[in-house]
Amino acid sequence: MMAIPWLTLLGLVPLVGSGVVFASRGRGGRIVALSFSLLTAALGVAVFFMTGLGEQVRWIPTIGAWYALDADGMAKLLILLTVILVPLVLVAEWSPGDPNSAATPLSRWSGESFAALALMLESFTLFVFMASDLLLFYIAFEATLIPMYFLIAGWGGPRRAGAALKFLLFSLAGGLVLLVGVIGMYVVSARDRTPSLLTAELTGLPIGQWTGRWLFIAFFVAFAVKAPMFPVHSWLPDAAEQARPGASALLVATLDKIGTFGMIRFCLAFFPEASRWATPFVLALAVISILYGALMAVGSKNLLRLVSYTSISHFGFMVLGIFALTTASLSGSIFYMLAHGLSSAAMFLVVGFLVERRGSALIADYGGAQKLVPVLAGVFLTAGLATLALPGTANFVGEFLIMAGAWRHHLVWVALAVLGTVLAALYVLLAYQRVFTGPVSPQSAERLHHDLDAREKLVIAPLIVLILFFGFVPRPTLQVAQSTAAHAMAQIGATDPQPSVPTGSR
Amino acid sequence: MNPLEVVNPVAATGLFSYAWLMIAIPLVVAGLLLIVGRAGDAWGHLLGAAAPMASFVIALLLFISMLGSGDGARAVSVGTYRWISAGSWTVSAGLLVDQLSILFALLVTGVGSLIFVYSIGYMREDPARRRFFAFLNLFVAAMMILVLADNYLVLFVGWEGVGLASYLLIGFWQERNSAALAAKKAFITNKVGDLGLLTAMFAMFALFGSVDFSTVNAQAPAMPSGWATALGLLLLLAACGKSAQVPLQVWLLDAMEGPTPVSALIHAATMVTAGVYLVVRSHAIFALSEPASLAVSIVGLASVFAGAWIGCAKDDIKKVLAGSTMSQIGYMMLAAGIGPAGAAFAIFHLLTHGAFKANLFLGAGAIMHGMDDDVDMRHYGALARAMPWVFATFACGYLAIIGFPFFAGYYSKDHIISAAFGKSPVFGWLALAGAGITAFYMTRLVMMTFFGPARHLPGVHPHRPGPVMVVPLVVLAAASVFSGLALNGWIQGWLAPAVGAEVEPSHLLELSWMGAVTLLVVGLGVALGVVLYRRPIAQQQPVSHNFFVNAGRNELYANALNEAVLMRPGQALCEGLDFADKELVDGAARSSAELAKAGGGVLRLAENGYVRSYGATMALGIVAVGLVMILGRLA
Repeated sequence: MMAIPWLTLLGLVPLVGSGVVFASRGRGGRIVALSFSLLTAALGVAVFFMTGLGEQVRWIPTIGAWYALDADGMAKLLILLTVILVPLVLVAEWSPGDPNSAATPLSRWSGESFAALALMLESFTLFVFMASDLLLFYIAFEATLIPMYFLIAGWGGPRRAGAALKFLLFSLAGGLVLLVGVIGMYVVSARDRTPSLLTAELTGLPIGQWTGRWLFIAFFVAFAVKAPMFPVHSWLPDAAEQARPGASALLVATLDKIGTFGMIRFCLAFFPEASRWATPFVLALAVISILYGALMAVGSKNLLRLVSYTSISHFGFMVLGIFALTTASLSGSIFYMLAHGLSSAAMFLVVGFLVERRGSALIADYGGAQKLVPVLAGVFLTAGLATLALPGTANFVGEFLIMAGAWRHHLVWVALAVLGTVLAALYVLLAYQRVFTGPVSPQSAERLHHDLDAREKLVIAPLIVLILFFGFVPRPTLQVAQSTAAHAMAQIGATDPQPSVPTGSR
Repeated sequence: MNPLEVVNPVAATGLFSYAWLMIAIPLVVAGLLLIVGRAGDAWGHLLGAAAPMASFVIALLLFISMLGSGDGARAVSVGTYRWISAGSWTVSAGLLVDQLSILFALLVTGVGSLIFVYSIGYMREDPARRRFFAFLNLFVAAMMILVLADNYLVLFVGWEGVGLASYLLIGFWQERNSAALAAKKAFITNKVGDLGLLTAMFAMFALFGSVDFSTVNAQAPAMPSGWATALGLLLLLAACGKSAQVPLQVWLLDAMEGPTPVSALIHAATMVTAGVYLVVRSHAIFALSEPASLAVSIVGLASVFAGAWIGCAKDDIKKVLAGSTMSQIGYMMLAAGIGPAGAAFAIFHLLTHGAFKANLFLGAGAIMHGMDDDVDMRHYGALARAMPWVFATFACGYLAIIGFPFFAGYYSKDHIISAAFGKSPVFGWLALAGAGITAFYMTRLVMMTFFGPARHLPGVHPHRPGPVMVVPLVVLAAASVFSGLALNGWIQGWLAPAVGAEVEPSHLLELSWMGAVTLLVVGLGVALGVVLYRRPIAQQQPVSHNFFVNAGRNELYANALNEAVLMRPGQALCEGLDFADKELVDGAARSSAELAKAGGGVLRLAENGYVRSYGATMALGIVAVGLVMILGRLA
């Protein structure tokens, strides 16, 4: 009897849903989209608890390409994050169009199209996380750009077309470099045996020192653009500023995780020697990203740009954790991908609710909003506290493990990175102070007259509950992350430092 | 200093296994009050005030049961669940109920309960009273986590939690810009201090593979002495932030923007003393490093004088008391740095201070309440007759803080002064001088507030507080009178296992030369205060050209310093980066796009739509291909 291909099913359900919504073009499209996303969520949660999910079908034998899917701990966590976020974003962006324009359900940029594109993006993103064949990964990686481009270009601010193009060009440039890497891996694999692009087969291949290093660079550059790290980050603030907050949430919370995911899945696994060789440089970039992103967030005058810069800072933490190469820091990094996904989505969505009311994302346009929309203010502050990694939120567990794990070998870098926690408090509380406290400004009073409604509460409540749950009960999830971390450590041949004053040494 | 005996806590049984309820009850109530929204406005304050009382009852029962058990069985560890594990590290959300933490639990919930009751009256008119009680309960829950944690990481959860509660409560009236700014400043300054605790924990994981108190205490003696000093200094940084000690003291005076019950509970009696708790809890680390211990004492002494200096110069009654808090905590830090003998006295003073400073702050709150929220003592005067109960209870707090014989502060502070003399005469004389200054500025406060002619602003008619505010004042006044007597002699022995101290006998009245000199110095301070402030006091603050006065009024120019050293350069840096991000980082990306566009422009010249030029291109191409073929043959 053939086993049910759960992963294929998981990847295809949202894609089918997208097709159905595009085809139906009716009023009910958003309900259909939401149903498909909920079905995907149910599947995703089920998959999280399953084992033995691997699927493998020969695809293009001549180049050794397989249709192969699998899900390890890290993939499962990112799948979980993706399937949880998409329905929430769909509800949050129930009517993403400009309320003043006469967009009908049949017009090109309707809410239905947004939902269909979001589902398509979900499908491709899931395939990225599930692919265990390099070519399949690459194709899914590039395919995500299509729905994402249209999500940015179709809805949002007046300069969204330019922002979408910038996103596309940066990603394509990174993707091309990655293609070079993929071809390079094929060449290495085909050199003295039947080629295979299965990631498992590519892991541990003997690669010449400089070949490995060049290929590492190709992979790393693509992932650094995606994760956005300094200095290839400048597309993100523009995209976040112009896109709908829901699109930005999907972009930052799930799609950008491909960057850090890829660093663990491919850079560490394929190129152990090159990874160690590049560590000092990568750690420097990570710490620069942490501090640079945080300082840019402190100086941001626009709430949406501010949230995107905080993400640049937080991706820096993840990269620091990955290349510090300890079980704790890697586990923390993977856990932080989940935590950051939840908190950055909450942040984008709640800022979106605020901006929708006021019609402006400029911080200077606000003041005293807490008096007018107290629940929204409370939710913003809660999401903000998660962003600054207050203990009790999931983000703290991630950040702490990253820095504690990295401390032993990279004391100086951690001592610099930890300053990011103070800057985080500054950018969150500065924004809260300017937007929500002080006397009520007349413009705010005019526009901010209703607090969060039931739909908006429905979107935010699960995120906050999850952020707190993973903050207080992180252990089961951490162990899922640790399975991948331990595996990566074994692949690269790294061992954890032992306590320098072990028990009983007295 | 002697290596300390480590007492291993026993596992929890019976009542002790419910110790987590002391945290859970206020936490659940806080969450509930926030979630129910306006529906809870009618009863929120009652439920809110009941929560700390329930925790207090549990703490009291635990305390009684600890009194009944032997020394070895008093420290109890209460396991809850395993919180974090990664690699070989595991951190449990475990609690430690021992001689030290139970005293804190009693202080927090006991004084807390009284302040909650008082707040029912104080916040009666405030439309957001329910939210106020939610935040207060959040504070109590976080503070209980802080003091009951059995490892540094869980302690840190409470540590940041009280920081959050403090932020929310300082900024409770956030429609005032000053309150919002003060709240942010408190949080950020605390975050700077927290860097110390965070990095100390990173180092502990690297050194010991654990942040449990028991493991760290047991393994500490085996670590290199350089690391002992480093850990000590990092923990001291954290303590400075939380306890408003020099150089991270700036936030405490601004924190007085919060409602007065908040100032009493958080910024006087409990949270700000958490730094002292951290140092005492980490006694095993400080015992290994003379430089770190010395730094604790020096920071303490500096704060004694910085706080007292500010207390002498300010006219705002709450800021005088805030300066005094900084100064009194300075005494505790001084003692904590002296070693095991001092640590017990630090906690002793912490407890008596918790009682009498809460008493003084609530008294100040009652006065403000009757004076239309005016805090300027230049607008007070003659309040002794207008508010007799407030005056009587305030007097008890006053006598306690200046160290009048048999009042609470007399015992706790004199012990610290004598311990300071034991350490070094310089410390001793400075501590003694601080006691004199304390007597002076507190006398100044009392003279300006209660005596002399009335200098009230037009329209202000002092009115007496209601019983819901007076009863907590009376209870706290009683504590100001008797807590010293009650704890003296007993507390050293009680705390000895937890702080590793040797027991020293102490007497009802110290008849040493030092005790006599202390009384003399205090008497001088009081006399000077009376003499100077019997004179008429201007309703407006007179301009002063005295450096000492101006420095005190301006909080020792700490704000100006921060602005010049941190804020302005920080703003410039952000603006510079903003420019660089746009012009250089993004500029590089945009110029590569321009380059591609220009390249496209050049190539576009070929696509001109003229058949003749395409023909020419084709002909050239054929020629080129032919040339290659011919040359290929030849070669």
